[in-house]
Amino acid sequence: MRLRTIAFNNLRRRKGRMAFLVAGLLIGVATVVTLLSMTSSLTMEAQHKMENFGANILITPENDELSLAYGGITFGGVSVGAREIHQQDLAKISTIPNSGNIAAVAPKLLGAVEVGNARVLMLGVDPEKEFHIKRWWSVDGRPLATDEELVAGSAAATRLGLTLGDTVELSSQSFTVTGILHETGSQDDDLLIVSLSAAQALLKKEGIVSLVEVAALCGDCPVDEIVTQISTVLPGTKVGAIQQVVKARIHALEQFRVFSMGVAAVVVLIGGLVVFVTMMGSVNERTREIGIFRALGFRRSHVVGLILMEASWVSLLSGILGFLFGMGATRLILPFLAEAHVQLMWSPWLAGGSVLLALVVGTLASFYPALHASRMDPTEALRAL
Amino acid sequence: MAFIEIRKLKKTYLSDGIPVAALKEIDLAVEDGTFLGVMGHSGSGKSTLLTILGGLCHPTAGTVSVDGIDLYALGIERLADFRREYLGFVFQSFNLVPYLTAQENVMLPLAVKKIAAAEKRNQALKVLERVGLSRRADHLPSQLSGGEQERVAIARALVNRPPLILADEPTGSLDTATAAEIMALFQELNAEGQTIVMVTHNLENRSHFHRTVMLRDGLVDAAPIPETVALAAV
Repeated sequence: MRLRTIAFNNLRRRKGRMAFLVAGLLIGVATVVTLLSMTSSLTMEAQHKMENFGANILITPENDELSLAYGGITFGGVSVGAREIHQQDLAKISTIPNSGNIAAVAPKLLGAVEVGNARVLMLGVDPEKEFHIKRWWSVDGRPLATDEELVAGSAAATRLGLTLGDTVELSSQSFTVTGILHETGSQDDDLLIVSLSAAQALLKKEGIVSLVEVAALCGDCPVDEIVTQISTVLPGTKVGAIQQVVKARIHALEQFRVFSMGVAAVVVLIGGLVVFVTMMGSVNERTREIGIFRALGFRRSHVVGLILMEASWVSLLSGILGFLFGMGATRLILPFLAEAHVQLMWSPWLAGGSVLLALVVGTLASFYPALHASRMDPTEALRAL
Repeated sequence: MAFIEIRKLKKTYLSDGIPVAALKEIDLAVEDGTFLGVMGHSGSGKSTLLTILGGLCHPTAGTVSVDGIDLYALGIERLADFRREYLGFVFQSFNLVPYLTAQENVMLPLAVKKIAAAEKRNQALKVLERVGLSRRADHLPSQLSGGEQERVAIARALVNRPPLILADEPTGSLDTATAAEIMALFQELNAEGQTIVMVTHNLENRSHFHRTVMLRDGLVDAAPIPETVALAAV
């Protein structure tokens, strides 16, 4: 027989009250777990998309001239600039300190070519990297596989009357149309896309690229640092981060996280109040019993210990159940919020944190009731004496 | 020095802001091994006296010492230790904890002592055997009769082997036959050297006491105790 025997037997006897206590705290913990795990999973999804579905750093040749384009209208025709980037220099990107954060480096060569009587912008790309970065490209037919193949942008295909399997003469060299891009609503619709090496041969610019797109963003990537690092290894180039969209998404997720934390804090506070009110009720209900304990020689600290022990057991149970319920709720809700299949993140930190949160809230909320119990006058408690 | 020494003890309560003297000035000395009966009408102050003697209620004035220890010179926690080590309480309404078995109730005073669990169980079983209830050790209070509950309460008061047992109307809620058995048990304990102070209104119990103190209006009444007039229950 120790204090824990008394605490355990009391909880076992007052099952209804205990269930109410557990439920009060469990809802709070489960809400926190649901919101945090959901935010975490959605952030992971966003990061995954950012890493795999788009470029966010653009490398162009350094140019002192002011831009002559505005709102999609260019004054002065197509210009690829006087300076160019050497393809062999791109290997240096893999030497920067943050090279681990770089998902893809996609070099491109732009140039105007003659197709019949029309002048069209040709884009030479590394097919594998380009189609990896631009996952939103949807192709009728298939992407490029050889230097003799071509994928046409939707507007270019319509303008030139191209269909799959057609042969096109670009500056007197034949290409087979293997794919036609679905409309993207961007400049990509006006392009004829060939392999980088074919474009270099056609434009007589072997080893030269016009611009490079780099996919390097993830949640904690220091994009600005990466930009600086690339600028250092590629002198004579202009390296810029395309961050607006990404920043907006991260900002939205951050706002959601803050909102989640706010909601969670309110729910936890309510859980704490439920524990407080229930424990006060329990203590008042046990006035006589506490009087007996005091009369039999329990110190005030023993009474405080007894009440806090009960509270901590209930909190521990609430923490464990709250974590499991929260993860279950996330599993149910997540498919409705995520665009793609999102993996549920089972974090031991979240599990430990939930139990710790329940313990802290439960014992803090029970501290005053425990103190109140210990200060009860034993003679008041034992009126029969 | 007597085992219990009460000197110039006063206790005044405030009732709706008006001071009410429960004990006016009590002087009492009780020797070790005495079976003392405290009697008196309702409101005479006998329960207040027992409460103060039990270290549960601070007096307004005067001193109370048990075995040379000045009770109210002790701090609150030390006073709790004193109750645990020196006193055994037997309450009128038993005051057993309903969700603990008879044996667990008996072990309550040992709960905060650093003794091996098996030793605590053994001690509890021994005193339960002493009061004739070892076979009911695993029963909850609700499964025991009034007499059995009283025996459990006595066993609980004995388990610490305290020098002093304070009993408040222990036979007040029992039938005559069971009350006689319980009084016989107290007498047996006293015969073994146990000091007992018992508050009662039942004049029939007088025959068991070595000494009887009659309280009237907060004072010890020196007049002879009546043989036949029943005292009102508290």
